[in-house]
Amino acid sequence: MEKGPHQDSVISVRGLRNQFGTQVIHENLDLDVRKGEILGVVGGSGTGKSVLMRSIIGLQRPDAGDIHVLGENLHDHDTRGDHEVRRQWGVLFQGGALFSTLTVAENIQVPLREFYPWLSSNLLDEVARTKVHLSGLPPEAGAKYPSELSGGMKKRAGLARALAMDPQLLFLDEPTAGLDPIGAAKFDELTRDLKETLGLTVFLITHDLDTLHAICDRVAVLADRRVIAIGKIDELLASDHPWIKEYFSGPRGRAAQRGNSQ
Amino acid sequence: MSGAADFTEEKAQDNSSLLRFTGIWTILHLNGLDEKLLAHDGPVSQIDLSQVDHIDTVGAWLVYRTARNHGAAISGASQEAAKLIERVSSGDSDAATKPPTLSPPLRILNELGEAVTVALTTMAMFLGFIGQVVVAFLSVAIHPSRLRWNAIAQHFEMVGVRALGIVGLMSFLIGIVIAQQGAVQLKQFGAEVFTINLIGRLTFRELGVLMTAIMIAGRSGSAFAAQIGTMKITEEIDAMRTIGVTPIEALVVPRTLATVMMMPLLAFYSCFIAVIGGGLLCWVVLEIPPVTFVQRLREVTPMTDFYVGMIKAPVFGAIIAMTGCFQGLQVGNNAEQVGLKTTAAVVQAIFLVIVLDAFFAVFFSSIGWD
Repeated sequence: MEKGPHQDSVISVRGLRNQFGTQVIHENLDLDVRKGEILGVVGGSGTGKSVLMRSIIGLQRPDAGDIHVLGENLHDHDTRGDHEVRRQWGVLFQGGALFSTLTVAENIQVPLREFYPWLSSNLLDEVARTKVHLSGLPPEAGAKYPSELSGGMKKRAGLARALAMDPQLLFLDEPTAGLDPIGAAKFDELTRDLKETLGLTVFLITHDLDTLHAICDRVAVLADRRVIAIGKIDELLASDHPWIKEYFSGPRGRAAQRGNSQ
Repeated sequence: MSGAADFTEEKAQDNSSLLRFTGIWTILHLNGLDEKLLAHDGPVSQIDLSQVDHIDTVGAWLVYRTARNHGAAISGASQEAAKLIERVSSGDSDAATKPPTLSPPLRILNELGEAVTVALTTMAMFLGFIGQVVVAFLSVAIHPSRLRWNAIAQHFEMVGVRALGIVGLMSFLIGIVIAQQGAVQLKQFGAEVFTINLIGRLTFRELGVLMTAIMIAGRSGSAFAAQIGTMKITEEIDAMRTIGVTPIEALVVPRTLATVMMMPLLAFYSCFIAVIGGGLLCWVVLEIPPVTFVQRLREVTPMTDFYVGMIKAPVFGAIIAMTGCFQGLQVGNNAEQVGLKTTAAVVQAIFLVIVLDAFFAVFFSSIGWD
């Protein structure tokens, strides 16, 4: 892998090191996410997929290494550009992380109010309705509180909030975990559709082999504290790393492959 | 042609016009355009997008809304713009973004009615809960092996031992305040020596146990509510039930038992420290030596005052623990409720303790313990 940020990479991670106490999570990790792609991130439990995402979005300060998102280093002392970067990304957390005291529509309006205080409440409502629709929720879901939604709807509402600012970059942390296969397939379709309509770059953490086959342009494999392989699924299938082999050629991997080739 | 979003109007012969949109139609560049587009009147037959640089969903929505309001056709849209406009148009609805609200007078009535029903049902449920706890206590008494000694010992520490510092400090200061206020007032009559009566009777009979109860309600009642409430949210309580463990027996009985047993000890400790605080002030300000203070204290404070305090303490402990656990179990399925129920636990516990204290005061006077 080449050093130095790649030309058209939206996210570029170099030499990342994360450590909790004596436990080293990442060591010398490099990763590039190219503009306009859906990058799937896979890895066994505890390999630090979520920690990697938290490092990239600035919630977790790495012990070493450089992270550039849209050309901006969020972990340096220069905070001038940080606000601008936050304006251009959307994050969907695992549980949705919706604000429980606000309705879905109000949740969507939170980032809009924060960054564009001059928007009229009328337009805010219209935008919220658009996002509710874009994320595949029925229109009446806008007036509901998160506690009144099912798990799948919460994820969609979280996605609607992540899309509120028309981001260039979308982070999804296990979006299809806990969804039924039909819901998961619809969510995959939605992700791809949004990527094409809005021209998004998507950083997608998942355990779902079907998702990887169906929508990911490239897949990065986390193991041994770093990205051991990155590329198209076909390229990864050719890899002889034992974990990758087991992951993609185990019974579930084969089933997902069959399903996708049909 | 780049720069902030804007539009120009071109009139045609038949009085209809063409709106030519220019610039970058993304949310960042749309300042003020929303109102301007809404205010635009007169027939518009066509909207031209050929000079639009870049467009996002908000821009697409404004284009669509203008076209819809005027029945205009959209032309010159790039492929992406057309796709976006198509997507936002299919989501056009007038669905509400907030749940429906009532008019103010109706809302007040509604809230009043709701408060009354909530108060009544809560009371009924609390009575039911006390019943459940009593049943659980009885069943544990029949099968003592089911008593969770580990949990009880742990709560002894949390409720009792760890409260020693704060209860001690509070009691010491209260002792000083009683003595100081008493001394100032009684000095006017030259009756400073009665300050000792005030300290002895007030702390043992009322303030020692009452202040301890308030402190424990704030410290442990709230902790019980928050712990159990969080367990409710993370479905631990449901898991217990499916395994066959009764939450009342596993969670409420140990906490209640620990609080009931710790409260008299803490109350006694509190009285003791308050007397020391008061005695210290008498020594320093009124120049009553400690030996005289103790001798006088024993003469003026009847033993019944001590009994009154010690009888009240375990009852207050039971009320605090049960209110905390009850409110914890009332937590619904969102995180906000934990905070609300924790507050409710403390407020209700303190309220009930003071109400009960008033009953006790009347009762003990009427049996001649005054």
